[in-house]
Amino acid sequence: MATVASEASAPGEHRPSKLLEVRDLHVEFRTRDGVAKAVNGVDYAVSAGETLAVLGESGSGKSVTAQAVMGILDMPPGRITAGQILFQGRDLLKLKEDERRLVRGAGMAMIFQDALSSLNPVLSVGEQLGEMYVVHRGMSRKDAKAKAIELMDRVRIPAARERVGQYPHQFSGGMRQRIMIAMAMALEPSLIIADEPTTALDVTVQAQVMDLLAELQREMNMGLILITHDLGVVADVADTIAVMYAGRIVEKAPVHEIYRAPAHPYTRGLLESIPRLDQKGQDLYAIKGLPPNLMNIPPGCAFHPRCPLAQDICVTEEPPLARVTYEGLVAERRSACHFWKETLDAAR
Amino acid sequence: MPHAEHGHEPILQVRGLVKHYPLTQGVLIRKQVGAVKAVDGVDFDLVQGETLGIVGESGCGKSTVAKMLVNLERPTAGEIRYKGEDITKLSGRALKAVRRNIQMVFQDPYTSLNPRMTVGDIIGEPYEIHPEVAPKGSRRRKVQELLDVVGLNPEYINRYPHQFSGGQRQRIGIARGLALRPEIIVADEPVSALDVSVQAQVINLLDQLQNEFDLSYVFIAHDLSIVRHISDRVGVMYLGRIVEIGSDEEIYEHPTHPYTQALLSAVPVPDPEAREHRERIILSGDVPSPANPPSGCRFRTRCWKARERCALEVPALAVPAEFRYERGPAAHDSACHFAEEKQVVP
Repeated sequence: MATVASEASAPGEHRPSKLLEVRDLHVEFRTRDGVAKAVNGVDYAVSAGETLAVLGESGSGKSVTAQAVMGILDMPPGRITAGQILFQGRDLLKLKEDERRLVRGAGMAMIFQDALSSLNPVLSVGEQLGEMYVVHRGMSRKDAKAKAIELMDRVRIPAARERVGQYPHQFSGGMRQRIMIAMAMALEPSLIIADEPTTALDVTVQAQVMDLLAELQREMNMGLILITHDLGVVADVADTIAVMYAGRIVEKAPVHEIYRAPAHPYTRGLLESIPRLDQKGQDLYAIKGLPPNLMNIPPGCAFHPRCPLAQDICVTEEPPLARVTYEGLVAERRSACHFWKETLDAAR
Repeated sequence: MPHAEHGHEPILQVRGLVKHYPLTQGVLIRKQVGAVKAVDGVDFDLVQGETLGIVGESGCGKSTVAKMLVNLERPTAGEIRYKGEDITKLSGRALKAVRRNIQMVFQDPYTSLNPRMTVGDIIGEPYEIHPEVAPKGSRRRKVQELLDVVGLNPEYINRYPHQFSGGQRQRIGIARGLALRPEIIVADEPVSALDVSVQAQVINLLDQLQNEFDLSYVFIAHDLSIVRHISDRVGVMYLGRIVEIGSDEEIYEHPTHPYTQALLSAVPVPDPEAREHRERIILSGDVPSPANPPSGCRFRTRCWKARERCALEVPALAVPAEFRYERGPAAHDSACHFAEEKQVVP
């Protein structure tokens, strides 16, 4: 989609509502064994108040894309070889590191999967939360502590005043994830990136945390990028879904449309491999084979060795992320499959 | 219920199973100051050829139950009767013979395989301990047969674990579990470390092996939809105890324990249409510490129905009085003083 990127080099004019636009992003990792192409031309956009779910399995490039957006990619070995990341109209990849640092935290913030290893074990949670205000807002330690208590109240940590001096290990998993959320919300960013925010939590706690995140997002009209592999979580909160496979987006659609009828065989395979009631006692649908090795991505459509619909063209030609159209579809929907029509018809 | 249909005797009977881990204080003079009550009175039966699913959140004791079933942990109290014989009292040769018949598949295929051993050595290792199953000369062939059974190329016998993907490694773990031709397999979260597209492959394999070798499974997982797919009966654990147990339909369609209802309602459903009209029971707070569980009903601190009686009286795991004379699906074991049927899954 290189053409789209070069055409739209004057941002902000025709699509002012987009908070973040990632255009034709390419990321690779140089390792001793060769070059792993982790992200191979990703385009996505999020508006204020919108929830975009990025769905993919391990190695699909969903987290690497997010790290590139946040500017926390390990470079080296990582390298952004092409693309633009437009945040509020500015290309973040052209900023210097100290300018970038001002965007992080105040403009966009990230919530990680594993709260225990993302928090500093030797600083109290109050100090870690307050640090945001000391560094970015130049507040005194005392004011920062008051702010920290306010934040902990806001993410509904009981007895915030008493617990502000405690250390991360003294909190349960769900409470620690709330502290992560509080930290991300501290400077009221306009974009939150949540990378598997509830994967490490139990289901009953997961529901509490997702509810809290959705509520804060609504209140502050933030854009939310939710990175996950869980089709259930996506169905619960997302507006739009981008499905990634081997470093590319293979399908992008409004949430209701994609669950009703997927337009890419990979999405269809994922949806069908979820156990359903009427399948009890039968084999589950299983996508054959394994996710590809990123050092050696299959030519043409990367999914072709595992695809039940694969034809000769799938081996030779990489399918573009083409516009999907049908009657009754209002929003934009795309699929990177030569046979999206057939896939869609089979599912409908 | 499977035992009514087939007239099978339970192959495994668990009664009053308890595991307490002592908490000690002091360096020179160690003294016990309490105990983590990981498992605190668990009863269930496993019928030949069935799959019993055990679900629960982290810390509920489900993995400790698994370890006791395969004798990796000694119970503090209680009995595990395999074909009528209490295996917790066995030792030496008799224990070894029983252990052959109860094997385990572990959660993490990355850490449960020795990286310095070839696949052939890993799968064949059980034969070193039980040489009567496969005499030395036939072992290599046996291992290759097992690789074939679990859907791996028998030529991979000399490869090392790192040369395989997560799903393939889990197949190796399953092949090792099958090596001694056990009757019971205890699988502790066998697919939760795998990618979604690979999970279904492994579940199908487990299903197919069960039919082929007439295996009985104890299948432990936190993913409720997978447990439902594979299980004949399901037990729900909370803080060291089973709070509700019954057939998959009884538990999923007619749960009577408030914890089961909350658990089922919290599971995200892969259907965006459902998000508007489904009723979610959001529990407040976290699971209490198993070192100091609440008195009476252990769930009462998070339960919206809790009353005074719940703090005083431990509810027994039995068919609740209000359903005792019914024959419907609500009449199954549930440890709640105020059990009520409630449909939560759309």
